[in-house]
Parts: sequence; structure tokens; C-alpha cells
Amino acid sequence: MTAEFGLAALWLAAALAVLQCALATLGLARGRAEAFGAVRAAAVVQGALVAAAMAALIACFLASDMSVALVATNSHSMKPWLYKLAGAWGNHEGSMLLWVTILGLAGGAVARFERRLAERTLMATLGAQAAIALGFYAFLLFASNPFARLDPAPADGAGLNPLLQDPGLAFHPPTLYAGYVGLSVAFSFAVGALVTRDVGPVFARAMRPWVLIAWTFLTLGITAGSYWAYYELGWGGWWFWDPVENASLMPWLAATALLHSVSVLATRDGLRAWTVMLAVVAFSMSMLGTFLVRSGILTSVHAFAVDPARGSFILALLVLYIGAALVLFALRIGTVRQGTPFDPLSREGSLVANNLLLTVILGIVLIGTFYPIVAAAFGTQLSVGPPFFDSTAGPVALLLVAVMAAGPLMRWRREDGEALLQRMTWPIAATLAAGAGVFVLAGPIRPLPLAGIALAAGLAVASLAPLARRNLRRAPLFLYGMVVAHLGIAVSLAGMAASTAFTRETLAAVGAGEPVRVAGYSVTLDGVRPVIGDNWTALEARLSVLDDDGARFVLRPQVRYFTDPVTSTNESAIATLAGGQLYTVLGAMGEDGRWQLRLWWKPFVTLIWLGGALIALGGILSLVGHVLRERRQRRPVASEVPA
Amino acid sequence: MIAALLLAAATPNLAYTQLRDPAQEADARALMESIRCLVCQGQSIADSDADIAGEMRALVRGRIAAGQTPRQVRDWLVARYGAYVTYDPPLGWATAPLWLAPVALLALGAWVARGSFRRRGR
Repeated sequence: MTAEFGLAALWLAAALAVLQCALATLGLARGRAEAFGAVRAAAVVQGALVAAAMAALIACFLASDMSVALVATNSHSMKPWLYKLAGAWGNHEGSMLLWVTILGLAGGAVARFERRLAERTLMATLGAQAAIALGFYAFLLFASNPFARLDPAPADGAGLNPLLQDPGLAFHPPTLYAGYVGLSVAFSFAVGALVTRDVGPVFARAMRPWVLIAWTFLTLGITAGSYWAYYELGWGGWWFWDPVENASLMPWLAATALLHSVSVLATRDGLRAWTVMLAVVAFSMSMLGTFLVRSGILTSVHAFAVDPARGSFILALLVLYIGAALVLFALRIGTVRQGTPFDPLSREGSLVANNLLLTVILGIVLIGTFYPIVAAAFGTQLSVGPPFFDSTAGPVALLLVAVMAAGPLMRWRREDGEALLQRMTWPIAATLAAGAGVFVLAGPIRPLPLAGIALAAGLAVASLAPLARRNLRRAPLFLYGMVVAHLGIAVSLAGMAASTAFTRETLAAVGAGEPVRVAGYSVTLDGVRPVIGDNWTALEARLSVLDDDGARFVLRPQVRYFTDPVTSTNESAIATLAGGQLYTVLGAMGEDGRWQLRLWWKPFVTLIWLGGALIALGGILSLVGHVLRERRQRRPVASEVPA
Repeated sequence: MIAALLLAAATPNLAYTQLRDPAQEADARALMESIRCLVCQGQSIADSDADIAGEMRALVRGRIAAGQTPRQVRDWLVARYGAYVTYDPPLGWATAPLWLAPVALLALGAWVARGSFRRRGR
């Protein structure tokens, strides 16, 4: 019954999306204001219905109802409940339903809470939102019904890919999807504003919270995904330039650019056309991300729920939406007047540089990701990977860091070069000192990590500078948001550069009682014993670690064996210590009875994800700060005081 | 046969053992990170548990230890497995657009951005 209820709710939600879209179109075309209330109501009810459908699917998974095909192929009655829950979206159909659920809820929230925009613009926005949702409803109902039944029902399910049996799965996809969907709301706002030719500060302020929400979720999703890959894949890598990683990075880059250009539009009424264009690009990237993950067009560590035929359906949706948006953009952009002009050396100028460099990085990642496909179409098989991305996107990113350090210290409209240089004294000094310090203490290292460490130090100092000589208790919350986010970039960059430059690796085959060394640690294998978990068995090594100061601790890496389906995974054991992480992995036993151990000392590696968390915190502070301020002001005002 | 087994036991398994010389190991490590594991899904041979990745690691380390340069080893791998095996596509006609794209994008972006600035005047 639960499955049928879910399917019915999904059909009803789709019907309401049709209604919402049609009413909005009619209301706009005929100028009928009374349609507006109905559009709003439709959006709210549609959100509630699709949420009910998702809840029904989750209920099927929790109850292990094997007569539902999706549950039978992706779950198993012996699984821990958290993975039954997460299994609801750890597959193609479920993840698409989650996508459209978040979309529906976001649309409902816009309809319920947005009060600043002109009614016509909001109606167009909700119409666009319904049109996007409609494509996904069609996809679910006609091409990948999550509620399809199996008759006869199997005795038990096939299980979930063990790599996915991890708390990370419970949080990673919903977080990323919330980010993707937040960008779809920004896109709908952009379409709404284009339809009614209403691109200005009010539109920017209405869109900004959604961009901030999307960006914060994407940041969290990427950070969590990176840490998950780091500890789960068992080789100590935290970023692989894998197509699916790139698929989440590209929307993040676009959202970051959009976040900055939208603040120029909200504050100074500049970059109008560009901001609308970025909203279109950001949503295209999130659709492209969904397409890449779902279609399996690119081989990837993430390719666990792929289907080429359905991929083409998403591709068709992508082409339809983006094509329509671009046509609308081309038709209407001529009527959007360019905003207030400004000097190259100014806060706006630095934000343009930010947008330019982020877009270039986005372009590099996009071209690098798709180049192998295009080359294959011309009969050339090739791979594009870390060496390409590091050597091209890396330097541009470092240039962006330099702009990021200087930008917030600049005045709007026009800046004086000498005054800026004076304000930059401490950051520049920190950059030079850190670079020289690393060079003297650690000897020559590769230029990119060296520049990374030096610029991270400079950015850390510069990011705090906007708070200098200010009354800290009166500084606005969104200013803290920017400071914390920029500081987070510095922290994360320091972690990336330092762990890249100074990681120590020891690979060894050892018998019990033989110590091996990695960096300042002596690791001894005490023994290996079998252990039994909920739905796996494992071999677990006991490693005694003795550091050079005499402290001892024990690590227990495992090799886990799963039966449903049959696979094994390496469970690394990681000790987080003051200066970094000690990462240990148990390998196979050789013919001589000795065990393979892989040991890494990764200095400062934790800073990567700590920085990511700070960036997301900055997003939250900024969001709360802007929302509180809008509330205090009640009604929209003509111009905002420059921050 | 027995001699071969003994020999196999005596030489360390280079898939999971580092080279003695740190400089050679660093070269081998850097090369392995840019060589694609042929059966894996988007992983380098430096981050894969697959058997073939292990064999290729042993191959890379063995050849570096025998005195070949990373470049020679890469060229040999490309000759044997095709350009698909390297994550660092060599500059050629087929990859020129890829390697030129970043510069072209920067130039294009700068040209577009120029339009939004006011001419500086006091």
C-alpha cells in the first residue's frame, strides 16, 4: 500500500506542477492578478505531495518491503537501519526522487516566504520552477518509477554496494542535491526577472539567500565527499579530479561567482546581465552534474547508479531547459540596461576579476572533463587527469587567491593604488615570510605547493583585515560571514599545499612484532584477527604506534568482506594528531605469511576539511546576517549601504 | 621452478614496496600518480587495489630502479597501452586545443571584462 500511496502522491504532484505552470503562464499573458494566489497555493501543495512520495519510499526501505523492485535490488533485510534509510537515495530512481523532492520543497518555500519581489516576477519564477519540476516528474513517472512492484517478491534483497555502506551516504547526496536544487531556484528567479524585465537590486536580494543556501550545501557536500573518499578508498587521496567530483565542483565554482556578482547587483546595481547569465550557467552546471552522475557517460569511482538510456533523458531535459533559458536571455538581455560603471581598480573591479577567474577555472574543468569524450568521438582515446588540472587550474586558482586577499580591502567605485598597497602591507609580509620560512626549513619543494602555502598565509592575514579597527560587536553578521569564508579558503589551501608537499609514505610487508617507521612514528603489527560485523566479516590488524616522544596508541585497520553482494573493502584506521593524520591500511598477506601495510603521515591534512567547514560556516553567517537585516528593514529600500 | 619461486620470494614485490633510493621512489611515485589504472573507474595506479594496478606499479618501479627516466617509462607505457594510459596527455595535434584552452579562456575573459569598466579619469 505504501508504494501505491507514494506513486499516487507523485502523480498528483506532477498534476499540480502542470497546473502551476499553466496558471502562471495564463496569469502573466492575460495580466490576471487573481491567478497569483492559486500559483502560490499550487507550489506549496506540490511541495507537500512530493515530500509525501519521498517519505513513502523511505518507509518501503525501512520496512524492507522486497515486493518493491527498487528495495529488492538495492537493499537487504540484514542491513543496519541507517543504510536502509540511505539506501532510499543510494540508487538511480531514489536519488532522482530526492532531487525533485528538494526541488518541490524549495518551490513551496519560495511561494510561502518570498514577499519582496513584484507579484508578476514571482509568478514567472514559480512558473519556471514548476516547468523544471515537471521534466523530472515526467522522467520519474515514465522512465524510472521508484515504486514499481516485483511479482513474485524475492525472499531477500540484493544488498547495497559496500563502498556506499557508510554514514557518508546518508548525508553526502542529499547535501549536494540541496545545493543543485538551490541553484535551480536562483535560475527560476533569473527567468522570472527576464520575463518581466525586472533585473535589479530587489531581484538580487530575493535571489541571494537561495544562492547562499545552495553554495553552503555544495561546500558541505564537496567537503564531506572529499573526506569520505579519503578514508573510504584507502589510498589517502582527497581529490582525484574524477569526472563526478568535477561535476560537483563546477556548480560550486559557478555558484561562488554568482554569489559575488549578486552582491554587486544588490549593493551597487552593477553586473546585471552578467549575474543573470551566471544564474543560467550555475543551473546548467548542476543539471550537467546530475547528468554526469546518472548517465555513466564517464567512468568514475562514483559510477554506482548509472544507466545510459536514462542519461539521454536527462540530457534532453538539460538541452531543453538551458536552450530555452539562453533563448530567453538572448531575446531579453538587450532590454536589460547595464548597471552603474566603475573603475578597474575598485571593489567592483576585484569582483569582476573574481568572476572572470572563477569562470576560467570552470571552463578549464569543463573542457578537461569532456575532452576525452570529444576526442573519443574523433577516434582518439586519451585521458585527462590530475597533471592537467593541477598545472592549469592550479595557477589560476592561486591568482584568484591573491585577488581574494586584496578585494575586500578595496573601496567601491574607485580605489587609490598606493593606499591599497599600504593596507596590504601585512598580508604581503605574511606571504613572503611564510614562503621564505618554508623554503628555509623544508628545503626546495615544488613551486605550486610552495606558492600555495605562502599565499594561504597572506590570505589568512588579509581575510581578517576587514575586521581590524572595527567595533567587533557592531560589525554586521554578513561581514563576519565573508571573513570566516575567506579564512576558510586560506586554511583549506594551507592543508592542501602542506599535505601535498610533505606527505611521507611507507609501504612494507611485515611479520608480527617487526616495527616499521613512517615520519616520526614507529608502527608494529601485533597480530591479525577475524572480526564479525552486522553484515560483514573482516580481518583486523592491531597496530601499536609509538611516537618519538614516547606516546603510544593503537590503530585497527580492517579488510572487510561482504556477502550481499560479494566484495571486499579496505577500512583504513586513521589517528588524528596535533600536526596531521597517521593513515594506516592493511593489505593482503603474502605467500611468506607477511602482511602488507600501507602507512602515511599526512601533515596538516585535516586543515583541508576544517577549511571547508569554515567556508560553509561563513555561508551560514552571511545568510543569517542578510535575512536578519532584510527583516529589520521590513520593506525593500532603494539602495543598500555599502558593506 | 623452485628456483623461480625462491627468486620471487627474495625480490620484494614492487607493487607494495618502495624503492631504496628516495629520489627514485619520488620519481616513480609522481609517475604512478599520472598513470591510469586500466580496469578501474577513474583511478591512477597509485590509488588502486586492482591486480593490474599492482603489476603496473611493479613495472614502473622496476624500470625506474633499472635507471630509466620517468619520461622513458611513460613513453614505453603509452607505446604499449595507448595514450589512454596517461593522465598527462602529451602535447600534440589531438591535445593542442586542450592545452591552449586555459590561455584562450583567460584572454577571452579579460576582453569581455574590459567592457564593464569605466575609463579611468579624475
